[in-house]
Order: sequence, then C-alpha cells, then structure tokens
Amino acid sequence: MALYNSNRGGIIQIIIGVIFLILIGQLINIQIFSTKYTLAADNNAIYRKIIYPDRGIIYDHKKRALLENTISYDLVVIPNEAKGVDTTTLCEILKISKEEYAKRMIEVIVKNSRVKAGVFEPFLSTELYAQLTENLYRFPGFSLTERSIRSYPYNTAAHVLGYVAEVDVNFLQKHGEEGYEMGDYAGMTGLEKQYEEVLMGQRGVKRYLRDNKGKIQGAFEKGQFDTLAIAGRNLYTGMDVEVQQLAEKLLTNKVGSAVVINPKTGSIIAMASSPGYNPNLLTGSQRRKTIGRLLLDTARPIYNRAIKGQYPPGSTFKPMGALIALDEGLITPSYGYNCFGSYGACGDPRKCEHHNAGHAANLQLALANSCNSYFLQVFRMAIDNPKYHNAKLGYLKWKEYVNSFGLGRKLGIDLPSENKASIPDTARYNKDFGNPKFWNSCYMLTLGIGQDRMTATPLQLANAMALIANEGYYYTPHFVDSVEEEDEHDKEILAKYRTKQEVTKISSDIFKIIKEGMHDVTVYGTAAFIKVPGHEYCAKTGTAQNPHGKNHSLFVCFAPKDNPKVAVAVVVENAGFGATWAGPIGGLLMEKYLNDTLTPESKLKADNLSKVDLLPQAIKDWYVRNNKSSYMAPIEYNNDELGDVWDMEMLPGEAIPKIKKVDSPITKLDTAKSTPPASPVAPPAKPKPNKETNLPQKPKKKKAKILNNVNRQA
Amino acid sequence: MSTDKLNQNNFSKGTDFAVILLYFIMVAIGILCIFMVEYNPSANWSSSFITGKNNYSKQIYFAIFCAFVGIFILLMDSKVFTALANILYGGGILLMIATFVIGKNINGSKSWIPIAGGFNLQPAEVCKIFTALILAKFISRPETDFTKLKNHLIAGAMIALPAILSIAQHEMGLALVYSAFIFAMYREGLPPAILIVLLSFAVLVIATLLLEPTVLAIILTAIAVLFISSMIKRFKKNRNNILIVLSIWAICFGTVRFAVPYIFNNVFECYQSTRIYSMVGKEYDCGANKKSAAASGKSHGKKPDDYNVKQSKIAIGSGGFSGRGFLKGTQTRGKYVPEQHTDFIFTSLGEAFGFIGTSIFLGLYLFFLFRLIRIAERQRSTFSRVYAYSVVGIFFFHIAVNISMTIGLFPVVGIPLPLISYGGSSLLTFTVLVFILLRLDADRQMVLR
Repeated sequence: MALYNSNRGGIIQIIIGVIFLILIGQLINIQIFSTKYTLAADNNAIYRKIIYPDRGIIYDHKKRALLENTISYDLVVIPNEAKGVDTTTLCEILKISKEEYAKRMIEVIVKNSRVKAGVFEPFLSTELYAQLTENLYRFPGFSLTERSIRSYPYNTAAHVLGYVAEVDVNFLQKHGEEGYEMGDYAGMTGLEKQYEEVLMGQRGVKRYLRDNKGKIQGAFEKGQFDTLAIAGRNLYTGMDVEVQQLAEKLLTNKVGSAVVINPKTGSIIAMASSPGYNPNLLTGSQRRKTIGRLLLDTARPIYNRAIKGQYPPGSTFKPMGALIALDEGLITPSYGYNCFGSYGACGDPRKCEHHNAGHAANLQLALANSCNSYFLQVFRMAIDNPKYHNAKLGYLKWKEYVNSFGLGRKLGIDLPSENKASIPDTARYNKDFGNPKFWNSCYMLTLGIGQDRMTATPLQLANAMALIANEGYYYTPHFVDSVEEEDEHDKEILAKYRTKQEVTKISSDIFKIIKEGMHDVTVYGTAAFIKVPGHEYCAKTGTAQNPHGKNHSLFVCFAPKDNPKVAVAVVVENAGFGATWAGPIGGLLMEKYLNDTLTPESKLKADNLSKVDLLPQAIKDWYVRNNKSSYMAPIEYNNDELGDVWDMEMLPGEAIPKIKKVDSPITKLDTAKSTPPASPVAPPAKPKPNKETNLPQKPKKKKAKILNNVNRQA
Repeated sequence: MSTDKLNQNNFSKGTDFAVILLYFIMVAIGILCIFMVEYNPSANWSSSFITGKNNYSKQIYFAIFCAFVGIFILLMDSKVFTALANILYGGGILLMIATFVIGKNINGSKSWIPIAGGFNLQPAEVCKIFTALILAKFISRPETDFTKLKNHLIAGAMIALPAILSIAQHEMGLALVYSAFIFAMYREGLPPAILIVLLSFAVLVIATLLLEPTVLAIILTAIAVLFISSMIKRFKKNRNNILIVLSIWAICFGTVRFAVPYIFNNVFECYQSTRIYSMVGKEYDCGANKKSAAASGKSHGKKPDDYNVKQSKIAIGSGGFSGRGFLKGTQTRGKYVPEQHTDFIFTSLGEAFGFIGTSIFLGLYLFFLFRLIRIAERQRSTFSRVYAYSVVGIFFFHIAVNISMTIGLFPVVGIPLPLISYGGSSLLTFTVLVFILLRLDADRQMVLR
C-alpha cells in the first residue's frame, strides 16, 4: 500500500513548492515592484524636524535694531497622551470653555493626528506662560515649545518692515521649489518680503527615528542625512529710527505720508504712512486679533501711501517744469511772465494765488511765489516747442523729461508693490480728445502745475528732490545699504542701488538756478516761515486740487542748500495749503535729521502738530459707526514700558509742557518765538480747535492764506 | 551496557545531521530576528544577553533547554513513541480540558497553564505532537485499512478533538493547524477526490466573499446548466446523474446563500470575520454579527483591524531588494508592527535583509521540508512515515500561513513561525516534533508497530 501511494510524496512536494512560489511571488511584488511601502515606512518612522534659524535683524544707520527676534511659547498637545487632564484648571487659565477645549482638541487631531504634537494655543503671553509652567504637571500630554517671533522695540516703521505670517496654500504654490512647508513663516510685505531669502537663512533638517507612539528614538542613520540651519543674515538700512518715529508722530491723526531720503546715497532715512499701525500688533498672539480689523479699517492703515499713494504733485512739480524749459532753451532764468492773478491764454482763465505785479518777473521770483501763470506758460512753451513740429511730439519730449526725473515710472525701491503713479501717455489724450492733431498744450494745460492727470507718489517726489539736490543724478531710493556677509547674489541685487542714475543731461548751472529759486521759497516765498535752525534749505510747497475733497497739502524740500544731505517729501491729504501742514512737518524732519535733535521750540511745535486732527470726516464717521478707535493709536509715545524714546532723547531733563491744554503752548510759543523768525510758528499752532471738531478748518485756512500774503510781502 | 552501546551507535550513525544543522540555523536566525526587534541602541545589549530579561535572551535559554530535550529524545528508545502514543494523546486532551479550569488568560485566550519559573505551557501547542503520534499509531495498525471511509472518519475525529478544544479556547490559529494532518492522511490513502472537493469548497467560500450573491448564484446555475447540456447524452442514459449534479448545485447554492453568511455572522467573532473580509479587500459589517452583538452591545462600529497587516506589509515592503541592513530597519526599531517578536517575526527579517534575505530564508525552509519528506519516504515503518508526514504538514502549515498573513495573503491568525518566533512552548513543540522524527529515522530499518 505504501508503495502504491509513493507518488503522493511527489504530489505533496509539488503542492508545497507551488505554495512557496506564491509566497515568493508576493514577496517580489511587495519588496521589489512596490515603492509605496518604502514611502509609507519613511512616513511612519522618519520624523523630519525642521530647524528654523533665527531670521536676520534689520538695523538702522546707527545700528539700532528696528526689529528683533523674541521667543514666544506655544502650548502643544499630543492628544493621545492627554489623559487625566485637569481640564477645569486648564480652561480657567486659558479662559476658554470646556466646549472650546473639546473643539480645539478635535482640531488638533484633525490637523496632526492623535500621536503627534499639535498647537493647542499659540503665542502665550508671559503671564500665561508662567501659569502654565507652574501647572503643567496637571496636564499630561501638554507641553510648551519655543518659537521665534518678531518684535519691534521702537514700535515703528510698520509699513517699511512689513510682517511675517504663516504661509498659505497660494504661497506654497508660488514658492513650491523653495522648500516651504505648511506651518512655515515667511515675509509677506515690506522688507521682510523683499529680502526674504536673506533674512530667512537656511533651514536645517534633522531626521529622527520615531516609534509607533510618536516618540523620538534617536537620530536617523546617526544624522548623516541632516543639514544644518544657517541663521538669516542681517540687513543694514540707512534708516534713522528717531526720524522715522518723528515722521510717524507728526502724521498722527492725519492721512498722508512722508519720505526722507539721503540724496548722496539714495538711502531712505524715514518713510511714514499714516494712518499706520504698531508693528507689534501683527506679531504673536496680537496678530489674530488685529489683522482682520486692520484690513477692514476704512482708513487703510496697512496701505503704504509713501509708495502706493498717488497724489497730484501740484506746485511741487513746478521746479521740474522749469528745468525742462531751461534745458530746452525755451526760457532763461531771467524770463518773466506778467501775471495779474490768472492765466487766460487758453480761454477759461486759470487762477494764480498772486496778483501783485512782478511776482513772476523772473524764474526765481516765480518759483518763490509759486506763480501758476508762469508755469502754465512754461508748460505750453515746452509742449508747443517749434522744434518738435506738433504738440504730440512736444508732449512726448516733455514726458521723457518728466519720466527721467523719476515720475510716472517705478523707481525700483526695495519694497514690494511700488506704484508707478501716472504721467499720462499721449494715447490717453488721443483717446480723450480724439486725433492727436486736434489737441494742443491747452488741452492738458494744468499738467504744468502738477495737476490734470499727473500723479506721483511721495517717494517719487522725494526722489525728484534728491535729483535736484544732486544737480542731475540720483541713487535709486532704497532701504538696505548692505547685507551681512554679502555674497555675489546680494551684490547683484544691491548693485542697482549703488550706481548713480544719471538721468538728464541738464547742466548743473541750470540746477543751480532752480535751487536758488527753491531757496527763495524758504526765504521770502511760500515757505518763508518754516525754518531749519542752522541750515539754509530749498523747498517747494504744493496745494494740490483733487477730486476727493479738500486740497492735499504737499511739501518737498532738501537741505542744506549747498551740499544737500537730506531730501524730503510730505503729503497730507485733504489738509489744505502745503505750507500750513506738510511744510512744518518737512521742516521738522530736516531739522531732526541734520541736527540730530530738535530745539525745544521745534519739539513743542512737533507735539502740537502731532495733536492736530486732520482726518477726513468720512473716516471719522466710519469709526463712530463701527465703534472703533482709530489705529493711529499704536504710535503713542507716552508708552511707559518702552520708554518714551523720542521724548527722552529729545528733551533730556527738561520740563516738557506735555499734554497741557492745547491753547497754552500757543500763547507761550508766540511769546517765545518773538525772536528772529517772527511768523513761522503761528500756523502750526493754530489748528488746535480741530481736535474736537473739524469745523473750524475754514477760518484757519483763511488765516493761513492771510499769513502767506503777509510773508510774501515781507 | 550493550543496549547503551547500541543506542550510542545509532545516535551517531543513523541520525540525519542535515536536519539537525538546519534546525540550529533556523533557531539561530530566530534569535537574531528577535534581537533585531528588541534591539535598543541605548542599552548595553551584550550584558542583557545574559540577564534573561529580554526576549532574545529568554529565547536563548529556551533554545539551550530545547537542545537538551533534543539530545534526550535522540537517546530514547524509538519504541517508546509507539508505546506511549495513546497515553500521551489522552493526557494531552485531559490537559487541554484542564485549562478551562486552571488556565491562565494570556492575550485573550485562556489556553495556558502556568508552570514553574514564570513560564507557561500551552497544551494545545504540545497536543500537536501527541496527535501526530496517535495518528501514526492508528494508521500503522495492521488492522487499519486506510482506504476505508470508516478509518478516515476515526482519524478525522482524533484530529478534530484537540482542534475543537482549541476553538473553545479561542485559539483559532492552533485549531487550523490540525488541518495540516491532511498531508499524512492523503499520503496514506485518503482519496484525492476529498482534496478536490475540499479545494473546490474553499474556492466557493472565497467566491462567496468576493462576488455578489446573485452574481454567484447565476454563475453556479450557468455552470450546472452547461455541465448538463454538454453531457446530455450521458444523462439520458442515467437519470441519476442529473440528480447528482442538481444536488451538488443545491449544496453549492446553500453554501453561498446560507452556510457562509451563517458562519461569518454567527460562528466567527466580529474581528475574525473582519480580518477574513479584509483579505479580499472588503469591509465586514459588524452590525450583522450576532455573536459579538450578543456578547456586548458596544461592539457596533468597531474599527477594522487591518492595522497589523498594513504595518507588516509596510515593514517587509520597505526592505526592498537588499534590505535596510541588520538593525537598521526603521519599522522594526520604531515598533510599528504589533507582535513582531512572535507572530510577525518575519517582518523584521524582511525589512532588514530585503528580498534577498526573505527568498534565501524561504529556500532554507523549503530545503528543510523537502529533506523531511525525503526522510519520510525512506521509512520502512508506516508509523514513522505517517509521523514524518504529520511533521511536514505541521511545519508547512505554520510556515505557509504565518508568512502568508504577514504579506497579506491570509487573514491574521495567531500562528507562530516554526523555530523562529519567540516563545518557549512553540520552540519546544517544534523541537520535540523534529527530534522524535530524527529518532525514528535513526531506526528506519526497524519496523515499528
């Protein structure tokens, strides 16, 4: 029988063999042909920890840190280990309800699974941190982790510095190959965005072996696949914190902007945009509370008016109009225009603020008195220049000049989203007026006095001043002078800020004439009452009509007259005369930069100016309707904790007539000021009633007008 | 003295040293694998080898103990096994019954009897040996004609008894192992038809799981109709044949429609049904499981536990062609595979040494099994041969099922990998199985009754 069945041994062997072949087949399948298991294994076991280097610091020209890194703590939780948590205490400390606790826990689980640590409460305040560390033993599964966040010791330059924020899906799509991951932070605006590569440094990756409970078992492969984190490099800007703070302070409760440039280098000393916000409001735990409100605010505090705001330059354009005509040989400095208060050569007469004879007897006088007629005439001469046969070609030449001054094009500042404002194209006028044959200089006459379709950003205006100050060249305005440990790439980027932009062939003699005219503005012209102690300066006021309400107040200037070290442009929206509001602000900024301090009188003037409320009624109404306080609040300099940097440095030990009644300083000032420059102080002191009501603006404006007249006569 | 001398001679002369060598290689691989699972770079492993606190050091002690047992068996008289087969089987069954009373609950099955020194014995495990012996004894009786159905049934009952007791102890895996005796029975005359019927039945059950009941019913009916129509002339001669076909069809249909759902819903636990369903990539609705519903109301919506298989496949798959290297397996180090030192020990090998390692390892096993079959075939005594085939069957079943479940070809049942998995009971059982065979083989010229 055994013999009979002996072949069955073979059959059994075959069965065994077949089954083994099946096993081998499946092993080939999962070990050789499937890659997904290796991936799944790495997902399981290799924990990539990204080591974030400290972001680079941004310094001003005196090596004061405009922003710093500080440590913030997050409360993180591993849901699986959070058993037996004293939820009552935890909820009490965090001031959340139990439902909120459960909700957050679910969020963490959804985001990071049960076994991995997820953020339960980010950016703990110091008290919260202290309370939690004390009680942490009651909350198994919870722990505190560090995270580096930005802080701004001077509470200033929010628009310039920008902010960092967690990257979103859009960002990741755009920067897919740069190694960002969900949860990373990146510069979103301002210098933080522009110099993201430099500031970010290089993130390191450490690979750890993780067990099935998410616990780290040690370095993966002894760390041979790890990369080191390289700290972000610092940026050295040409900014001056104190000037920046002063600019922001002066613009408090106003809508507008100020730009201060060093014409010798193109470095921006200060750039303020108002309303602004305290940059500390957009870091850490503050951010969540603030960002939405800032974005909704009708006064647009996040909007950087210095590079995005488009204002008709008004009279501040006049020096440039003169430059063109001089260079084209259309006029000589002695050219005069007999203006009697209006310009009627194009029909419909255009008003001039002056009607006394001879106020535009030559270029210098015309500039000093800001004669509209004169510059309208000069503009027409440039457009209808017989050299160019027709108005269109003349206009093109004129536009070429204006563009070369930096208007109507992007200057290339190292901030994102600069606006080029507008010097209209001929196409624009062709469209407006039909065939180019049918239009001439009269059609866009007011371009000559910086109106019509002409707009410029405060930055462009400041840069134009630098151009005039330098007599024909400028350096592209920029913040960053140098980068720590500059490499070739950085040099390449910064190269354009280090090359002289020689944009016109206009001789320096011609510039000198313009400078003289602008100097006269400050001696007996529209800005005569604004003085910079110890320095002669050149300036031009502007009062720009605009379709959105009251005139914008503009002021452009540079100082000292010989060897200029600073160029400034100031715009205060809907404020009225240039000399009244923008002028004093510009003067104080120059004084602060050139003298490094303000005289007590100037200090007082600055205090008073900062209290003046020139917010348009519409914005105020909006605040009332929405029951919100204005966002200019961040630039409160009586903040005890941070030390009143500005005040203390300005007036050491002096009894500051701080927030006295607004009236008293004025009288005090008037008496004090009765010394050399008799008039200058009065106008800025006047506006006190505005603080409560914006009604009395009219009388004040009249006064300013009267004052101007007085000045002119003087 | 003279008998001693005779034994001594036999020990060195007739023993199959290839099997002994393979045995030691396997045990060594096993210890190595357990070491990989337990390895912790921060601990001093050389000292923990001796302390006996780690599983690998325990396994070493088990192996040393087993080596002594092996030598002891080799020194025994081979007649002992025939003589004691009945008593051992009876004793084994009694022990299994005793576990219901004095058993210790380990991992949810009350099948362990605590013995001295913190060690536990699993009678169901040891009973495999006794069953092999009594089956060999029964078939080798001169009066047993193993072509007769009656004897098939008796043998089947002998095998079924411990299997049923194992099921009662919730040891599904151990119970399944008893089906391995089919090899021995087949070798001794079990008609191949039975194998074919069993095979088709298995196909039918799998088809039931895979296909919609109505689709399957249509297919079955179609097959029956085709069969009848193709052989219509034959059926005309003998009407009975049609009846046979129809009754087979009815049985199949009944299996599909009633028997399989009944077993899955009423006999198996929810988790068992889930595992089996997950093998074919389907989800089992535990709500339909009467047994678990009766046991506890909360079992509704239990999560499907294919976690083990998933992790096991990940570990083996991540080994790739050449493996991650000794002690470098991330899944092993991270303890991602549950029960890795026991039932899923193959994963540590697969991850560390990749396809090269696993295929060499399977080659070793195959060589081992074929060697055992060769030994079986060279026996003059039926007892030895039946026993040898039982050993082949048990080994093969363990290997095939264990590896299949780690690579996702078979539902997860708690079956250790012979000689490799951690565990004293299991190692001892396989040692005894092999060494009794070697002892019998050494006396292969003798005809045992």
